[in-house]
Amino acid sequence: MATVELRFSAQPEHVRTARLVAAAVARRAGVEEAVLDEVRLAVGEACSRAVGLHRSNGLTAPVRVVLTEEEKSFSIEVGDDVPGPADGSSVSGIAAALDPDSDEEDEMGLAVISGLVDDVSVTTGEGGGTIRMSWPVSGGSDLP
Amino acid sequence: MDLSLSTRTVGDRTVVEVGGEIDVYTAPKLREQLVELVNDGSYHLVVDMERVDFLDSTGLGVLVGGLKRVRAHEGSLRLVCNQERILKIFRITGLTKVFPIHTTVEDAVNATD
Repeated sequence: MATVELRFSAQPEHVRTARLVAAAVARRAGVEEAVLDEVRLAVGEACSRAVGLHRSNGLTAPVRVVLTEEEKSFSIEVGDDVPGPADGSSVSGIAAALDPDSDEEDEMGLAVISGLVDDVSVTTGEGGGTIRMSWPVSGGSDLP
Repeated sequence: MDLSLSTRTVGDRTVVEVGGEIDVYTAPKLREQLVELVNDGSYHLVVDMERVDFLDSTGLGVLVGGLKRVRAHEGSLRLVCNQERILKIFRITGLTKVFPIHTTVEDAVNATD
């Protein structure tokens, strides 16, 4: 079961809220302090991408963020409702972003996520896409 | 925290001091500022990021867009940044090879390479 689940309307101004909530829950779950910046950035990238996908496809559905504290890891799933190819999307990265003819700025988000997070998977399907990321936690949470 | 922007001229360079968070919500403001400067004929830009608390790929995209614009006028776009957590984002995206990154505004303003 999710520790915290968040749904927000696909507006850029709410991405910051998602970052703050994710970082707070990650800290509580025992993710190392030094890694929290990465969690914040990665979840922000995933949410920005989902917001962009919903807006460019005219979807009014909210973006979903599921934060789950497990025994030895903390995971975040960011889901969008935009159907994609079942074979997953490719990370075109910096070469595409620098191509004057391309409009692939948003794919730099995936490049950042894959550069930051060791355990990450991007899936797309008829029901939408999901970015799943996880980080190890240091022992159990002893915080009150 | 919102984005703060201020510009000043140093010789033939225009220094854009950015503060706060550059993300999907605030990056359009930075984009507007860079576009406006280039449209007004400022082709040698120094973006001072010392007071930036957060930068994501949307912000990187805006900086790359700014670089493309000044290059079209044979201009330059230099960054000033000492913060490891911000520099890391440039490294993992390979953008350290694209942007000259300086440790002080003075260095950036005087750089000619």
